[in-house]
Amino acid sequence: MSILEVHHIEKHFGATRVLEDISFDLEQGQALAIIGSSGSGKTTLLRCLNFLEKPDKGTISVAGNLIFDAADPATQRESEVRKKRLHFGLVFQSFNLFPQYTALKNVTLARELLAQEQPGFKENKKKILEEIQADGRELLAKMGLSERADHYPSQLSGGQQQRVAIARALALHPDILCFDEPTSALDPELTGEVLRVIRELAEQRTTMIIVTHEMAFARDVADQVIFMDGGVIVEQGDARQVIEHPREERTRQFLSRYAEG
Amino acid sequence: MDMFLTVIGALNVGFLQTLKLFAVTLIGALPLGLIISFGSMSRFMPLRWLTKTVVWIIRGTPLMLQLLILFFVPGIVLDSGSPWPSGESGRFLASAIAFIINYACYFSEIYRGGIQGVPCGQQEAGEVLGMTKSQIFLHVTLLQMVKRIVPPMSNEIITLVKDTSLARIISLQEIIWAGYAFIKSSHGYSGLVWPLFFTGVYYLAFNGVLTLLFGWVEKKLDFFQ
Repeated sequence: MSILEVHHIEKHFGATRVLEDISFDLEQGQALAIIGSSGSGKTTLLRCLNFLEKPDKGTISVAGNLIFDAADPATQRESEVRKKRLHFGLVFQSFNLFPQYTALKNVTLARELLAQEQPGFKENKKKILEEIQADGRELLAKMGLSERADHYPSQLSGGQQQRVAIARALALHPDILCFDEPTSALDPELTGEVLRVIRELAEQRTTMIIVTHEMAFARDVADQVIFMDGGVIVEQGDARQVIEHPREERTRQFLSRYAEG
Repeated sequence: MDMFLTVIGALNVGFLQTLKLFAVTLIGALPLGLIISFGSMSRFMPLRWLTKTVVWIIRGTPLMLQLLILFFVPGIVLDSGSPWPSGESGRFLASAIAFIINYACYFSEIYRGGIQGVPCGQQEAGEVLGMTKSQIFLHVTLLQMVKRIVPPMSNEIITLVKDTSLARIISLQEIIWAGYAFIKSSHGYSGLVWPLFFTGVYYLAFNGVLTLLFGWVEKKLDFFQ
């Protein structure tokens, strides 16, 4: 069974149709890359999965459970959405770290707030918080940032900030980790360290959806690729297959621009 | 020397009233301003327009006029006479209410600027981490907003210190009233001009303290960008 099933997603902004009949599946432990030019709808698709945008049509299921149905308002209640969105983690293009907290606190804050709502938190407060802290430090270590745990975002380079953001998204153990152009806001010499971390996550079979402009990276790291254009999926399939031997003319045109550059 | 002590004593009493009005206004207007700012950012259009209209009226007319209307008009309109308690306590109450409403409207716009100045990515980052709206406001937005509003707030609060003197129009016995009394006649003296000048020293000293305080707060918030 697929971990994620997306069926017939459609999204309008006013009269503009941004997504049209988007359907795809994702298997547990696989990485899916979404490629396409700016304005093709790939970021909007990612935002729909993370409940930052509400699709006008379609359904989203995680591990066989229907978590969103545009036709069923009961799946869209705010308290419900809050729980369901934890199936997904999102790493933003512009990091969006909380500037007033250290790297470690950025990673632990959401879990601390969730823990506070659990029954029995008060009795075991110290132990629970210590555990969350330890987990946070471990995640930062995994990102190669042990030394930076107590730094504020403004004291970190863009690449370090993005790695903190990845640790922050991982802290809540999402089923599916989403990346929205994770290296687009970085200087070229800083993209490598972020791509390396994502590659490691892929090797550890983290289920991921990566919106990216890094074609070589998509080809090497992703299992599946979706090429989008004008709000529709033009081509999808095995990553190497699609990027090296695209079937569709539009995919070929898009990829040729990268080959030249 | 006797004269000096008498004047200082009278000015101190006046300044105490000034401080009281200042403090009560802040205590009331700081939270009320936040509520008004939420109203002016509401997605519910009638509420947003109502709030914006009130803010427009309050900011668009002189505080002195608002004081006069609030203090005198109810007594003229109501059959039962003025609703304000008689004497200084009634004048203080009317002044405090007028000041709180007036300053809350100014503060609300500063808050709004501060909240809207926080990038929406911060809100979204909180949302995807499963935080509730109030958690996002308290743990993510609030401190960033506070940092943004300290400079305009310090401006407004220093203006408030001096604006308290407007309450003299309904004879609130604040420090200018106390100083001016010596020009006419007070405590057995008349025709003394220097006490009025001397009130300026109080304002300067107090605003000096506030300026230092705001500088300190700004420095405290320097640890993030």
